[in-house]
Amino acid sequence: MRLHLKVWRQHDADDRGAMRSYDVDDASPDMSFLELLDVLNEKLTTEGEEPVAFDHDCREGICGACSMVIDGQPHGPEKATTTCQLHLRHFRDGDTITVEPFRAGSFPVVKDLVVDRSAFDRIIAAGGYVSAPTGSAPDAHAVPVPKDQADRAFTAAACIGCGACVAACPNGSASLFLGAKITHLGELPQGQPERDSRVLAMVAEHDAAGFGGCTNTGECADACPKEIPLDVISQLNRDYLAARRSRRRSA
Amino acid sequence: MPSVVLKYVMAASGAAMLLYLVLHMLGNLKIFFGAGALDAYSAWLRTLLEPAVPYSGVLWVIRVVLTVALVAHVWSAIVLARRARAARPVRYTHRPPVQGSYAARTMRWGGVIIALFVVYHLLDLTTGTLNPIGVHGEVYDNVAADFAPSHWYATIFYVLAVVTVGIHVRHGLWSGLQTFGRSNARTQRALKTFALVFAALLVAGFLAVPFAVTFGLV
Ligand code: SF4
Ligand code: FES
Repeated sequence: MRLHLKVWRQHDADDRGAMRSYDVDDASPDMSFLELLDVLNEKLTTEGEEPVAFDHDCREGICGACSMVIDGQPHGPEKATTTCQLHLRHFRDGDTITVEPFRAGSFPVVKDLVVDRSAFDRIIAAGGYVSAPTGSAPDAHAVPVPKDQADRAFTAAACIGCGACVAACPNGSASLFLGAKITHLGELPQGQPERDSRVLAMVAEHDAAGFGGCTNTGECADACPKEIPLDVISQLNRDYLAARRSRRRSA
Repeated sequence: MPSVVLKYVMAASGAAMLLYLVLHMLGNLKIFFGAGALDAYSAWLRTLLEPAVPYSGVLWVIRVVLTVALVAHVWSAIVLARRARAARPVRYTHRPPVQGSYAARTMRWGGVIIALFVVYHLLDLTTGTLNPIGVHGEVYDNVAADFAPSHWYATIFYVLAVVTVGIHVRHGLWSGLQTFGRSNARTQRALKTFALVFAALLVAGFLAVPFAVTFGLV
């Protein structure tokens, strides 16, 4: 396949950056999108040009590293698919494809398509954990969890922290990510002791990191490669209100 | 102000204004019971709860509550819009909207248009300043003059404004229900349909009056 790429090139955080056009003549429909970039980079290297920097790790859709906006959509046009799992057979010969980094003030560009998503790590560090005594793993059936709750926790736990929700949101909000973590831990017995402090701390860190506020447009859930449903944001709101109320009671 | 709190401010103030809109719309329908019924209804609004509250007392309470709700609504919208701008300093060169409905995307400008319309509406039918007749208490005559075929531009403006309100309510109502935590995977579609039907009925109720006047039905 012949593909025309328009790729965002930015030398470093301070560079203004610009779109650049490239042609790849020998792409195969079986390649993943990252392999297409690999091919482009080999070509650029042999031509003495700087290769396009992009983030990737597992290349099997589970780590959330491969952040980029392809043809205007985070992780590309296929639903429920990460960039590394997006195959060129979904494009047509001769297509022009634009590739940009995730655009968010809280995800500053490091180079080309690579953005710094450590704001997400700070949100997790603020409360996205359970303080359980570690040691040998407990028996799986030691703490019973009702099936409905286990299912919902599992759906939310599928979030890979990729940041596509932020990239898609017209407000640059990370509410879907937040909601996924709140729902995941909030549905499980292990998450209960810190349920209130968690949501307060994570929302505070989310706002402090400069993410915008949610206005329920639903772009996030549509872009999410793990199909995290929008109702986790409802859960986030409800938990947040309950936490503020109980803090007032105990104060 | 935490972003989640802003959503609650937005939702609660929106709910107050929406409740008012529903009552307003139902009150307007009095026109179908005749000119006298409409004028009497308007007079009743002023004598409501008398003598416990003074003449027009209830009306003024409603006006104050609505003003507070409006200020809160606009304020939270402005804060959210500014945060949204700051959260994406560099824009996408290419990003077509995918999911967000037309209603969701036009909340901000739609809101501005509605605010301008409200100003005109108050000058028209509350103070009478811009009304062709503008006699206080002669509600039917004022409305009839407004939507007379010869005064068609006012009618068109009203229709456009009401449709804008309907679009705003469609996303706003659904969004408010989502904010108040009444949405889950099972109810989401039902809530969206509910918001759409609600907005459609509201628009139909509000448009019934100008259309009825223009086509001489009342
Ligand atoms: S909610 Fe979805 S889009 Fe957002 S970080 Fe998690 S997996 Fe990525
Ligand atoms: S590289 Fe790990 S999800 Fe794409």
